[in-house]
Amino acid sequence: MSKYTMHILVCGGTGCMSSHSIEIVENLKKYIAKTGMQDIVQVLRTGCFGFCEKGPIVKILPDNTFYVQVKPEDAEEIIKEHIVKGRKVARLLYTDPTTERHISDSKHMEFYKKQMRVALRNCGFIDPTNIEEYIARDGYAALAKVLTMSQEDVINEVKKSGLRGRGGGGFPTGLKWEFAYKNKSDQKYVVCNADEGDPGAFMDRSILEGDPNSVVEAMAICGYAIGAQKGLVYIRAEYPLAIKRLEAAIHSAREYGLLGENILGTSFSFDIEIRFGAGAFVCGEETALIHSMEGKRGEPTTKPPFPAASGYWGKPTNVNNVETFANIPVIFLKGADWFNKIGTEKSKGTKVFALAGKINNVGLIEVPMGITLREVIYDIGGGIKDGKKFKAVQTGGPSGGCLTEKDLNTPIDFDNLIAKGSMMGSGGMIVMDEDDCMPAVAKFYLEFTAEESCGKCTPCRVGTKRLLEILEKIVAGKGTEGDLVTLEELGNTIKDTALCGLGQTAPNPVLSTLKEFKAEYIAHVRDKKCPAGQCSALLSYMITDKCIGCTACARNCPVNAITGVVKKQHTIDQSKCIKCGACINKCKFDAIIKG
Amino acid sequence: MPKIMSLDELKNLRDKVKNQVDLREKGEKVEQMAVIRVAMATCGIAAGAREVMNFLAEEVAKRNLNNVVITQGGCMGYCYAEPTVEVKLPGQESIVYGHVTKERALEILEKHVLGGEMIEGIIPVGHKSLDE
Repeated sequence: MSKYTMHILVCGGTGCMSSHSIEIVENLKKYIAKTGMQDIVQVLRTGCFGFCEKGPIVKILPDNTFYVQVKPEDAEEIIKEHIVKGRKVARLLYTDPTTERHISDSKHMEFYKKQMRVALRNCGFIDPTNIEEYIARDGYAALAKVLTMSQEDVINEVKKSGLRGRGGGGFPTGLKWEFAYKNKSDQKYVVCNADEGDPGAFMDRSILEGDPNSVVEAMAICGYAIGAQKGLVYIRAEYPLAIKRLEAAIHSAREYGLLGENILGTSFSFDIEIRFGAGAFVCGEETALIHSMEGKRGEPTTKPPFPAASGYWGKPTNVNNVETFANIPVIFLKGADWFNKIGTEKSKGTKVFALAGKINNVGLIEVPMGITLREVIYDIGGGIKDGKKFKAVQTGGPSGGCLTEKDLNTPIDFDNLIAKGSMMGSGGMIVMDEDDCMPAVAKFYLEFTAEESCGKCTPCRVGTKRLLEILEKIVAGKGTEGDLVTLEELGNTIKDTALCGLGQTAPNPVLSTLKEFKAEYIAHVRDKKCPAGQCSALLSYMITDKCIGCTACARNCPVNAITGVVKKQHTIDQSKCIKCGACINKCKFDAIIKG
Repeated sequence: MPKIMSLDELKNLRDKVKNQVDLREKGEKVEQMAVIRVAMATCGIAAGAREVMNFLAEEVAKRNLNNVVITQGGCMGYCYAEPTVEVKLPGQESIVYGHVTKERALEILEKHVLGGEMIEGIIPVGHKSLDE
C-alpha cells in the first residue's frame, strides 16, 4: 500500500524541462530526504499542465496548491515551508492579473475555468512512464470492454460518438474505421499520425509526453475494430522526449500483456512499432506519410485509392491523429452518449489548442467545441499582451486563415471555421496584435509552405514560390496594385489544382488576409506605407523638435546616419538609414517617430 | 510482472494500484473532502505523529473511505500538545485536537469525521492559516 500522504507533481513537458524542471525534481527529492519524509512525500514528474506561460509548474496535493514559475533554488523553500511547516509559499502562487490576489487552486484560475480535459485527462496528473498509474485511472479498461464487443458494435459506438479527426480534416472517425473494416485482407494496419508540423503547435507532442498509454490503448482498440494486428506510430524525430515515453509505454504494455499475443486472454493479438519521420510537413498528409514509412519519398498520391482500401504496402490502413486516438478510450469508458453531448451539433467533444502569439496566457488548452474565439482569447488566454489591440487570430497553422474582430463570437467548430475562411487544423492558434503586419504574416506562412512543398505537383511547387515572390515584393515596397489581383488569381488556382492538402490549403493565409485586410495591402502597394510599422523598407525615421540634442541616437546609430550638434536638434540622413530602430530605442525624449 | 490474462486480473490490478493516484484524485476536489491533517513537524514526529498518520491512512484505506483525505501539516505552535491533528469537514471551520494517540485517532475518525460529533480534547484555535 502506498504510504504517501502528500504528492508533489512537477511538470515534465518539453517546455518546463527546458526551464530546468528536472533540477526542480532533483532538488525537491534532495531536501525531502534531508527532512526524512521521503517515505510519505512523493515527488513525481508528470506531463504538461498546459499553463506554459507560467512554467515550470509544481503542484502539491492534496492541498491543491499550484506553484508557478518555480526555479530549482525554490525547492528548499517549498519543502521547508510548505511540506514541513504547512505554510504556502505565497511568492510562488499565481497572482490573478485583475484582482491581484493569489490563487492557489488552479480550478479558480481564469485560464482553467472554461477548460474541459478529455484528451488531456491524464496530462499533468499521472507519471507518464508508469503504466500502473494509467491503469489506476481506468487505463486499458476500455480495451478490455471492447474485446467483449463485436467489431461492428465498436465501430458503431465510435460513429455514434460523433468523433471527427483531430488532425485537421475533421473526417468522421467511425466512418473511417468502417471503411478499413469492410475492406477484406489478410493483413491490415493501424497508423497513428504523430507528424505534428504546424509551426507553434504542440498538442500531439504533449499528449504523447504526458499520457502515451492512452494512444497505445486506443490503437489496440482500433486494431480490434478493423481487424488489424499491427500498429505503427509515425512520429517526427525532433520529438525525442515523446518518443522516449511512447517507447516506454509500448514496452510496459507488452510486459503487462496489454500488447502482443492473446491480449487479456482473448484471441486478439496486436503490437505497435515506431517509425521516425525527418520532420517534413507534407508527411502529415496520410498518403505521403505511408510512402515515407515504406522507405519511399514522402510524397502524396491522389486519392482514391484511400488508405482504407490500399495503404501501407497496399493493405487496408487506418490513419488517425494522436489527439483523435486519445479520445477513444474515454468514449468507451463513459459511452458515446456522454461524449456526443459535449460540443456543437456537428462537432462533438473537445479540442486541444496550442495558444501562442501576442497573448497573455500562452499554453496548451482543451475546450469544448462551440466555445467562442472571444472566450478562448480573452477569458482563457487573458487577452492581448501589453494592453495592445487585438488584430487577428490565425487558426489551422500554415493551412488556415486569419479571423478578425468580427469573427470573435463565432462558436469554434470544424464547419464554422471553414465557413469563415479558415479551418480548425490540428489546433494551432496564433494571436496577432496591432503591431503585426498582415502581408508580412502571409509571407511568413508562405515561406514555410514553399520550403515544405514536396515538389511533386506543379501548382504547389511553382505556385507557392510565385506567391512568396510577390509577397516579398510587396513588403519590400515594390509591389503594384496588379500584384494583388495576381495573388488572388494564383491563390485560387493553386487551391483548385494542387495534388494534396498541403498545396490546396497553402494559399489560405494569403487569401484570407487579402480579404480581411485589403486596405493594408493597398497601403503597401499604392502608398508604400506599412500601417503596422513592421516592413522596414517602407518606414522612415524622423527626428522632431522634441530633440534636445543629447546625442544618444547619433552615438548608437550603427551606420552613422544621424548628425547634429550637441544641444541642437539632430537629423537623419535617409539615404544612409538602415531602419534598424536603434535610435528610437535609445531616445529618452520620444523625439524620434517612425512612419 | 506476470501478464494480465483477463478482465478480472486487470480490475484486481487497478484496485491494487488505485491508491497511487487516489490522493491526487481526492486533492482535485479537496473542498468536498473531509481532510485529516496530522502535524508532522519535528515536535510532532518526536511525539509519535508518524505512527498516528500511518494508522489513520491504513484505517481510511481499509474502510475504503472515498471522501476522507489523510495528509500532513506543519507545526501549528501547539508543541506541548503534540501529536496534533486538524480535522476539516467540507464547509466547516477546522478543529484541532491535541495529544492524539492511535486510540484517540480512531475515535476522531469514527465520531468526528464519520459521525460529525466533536469529541474531547479540542485546542481552541486563535490563528488562521493562509488559504487563497
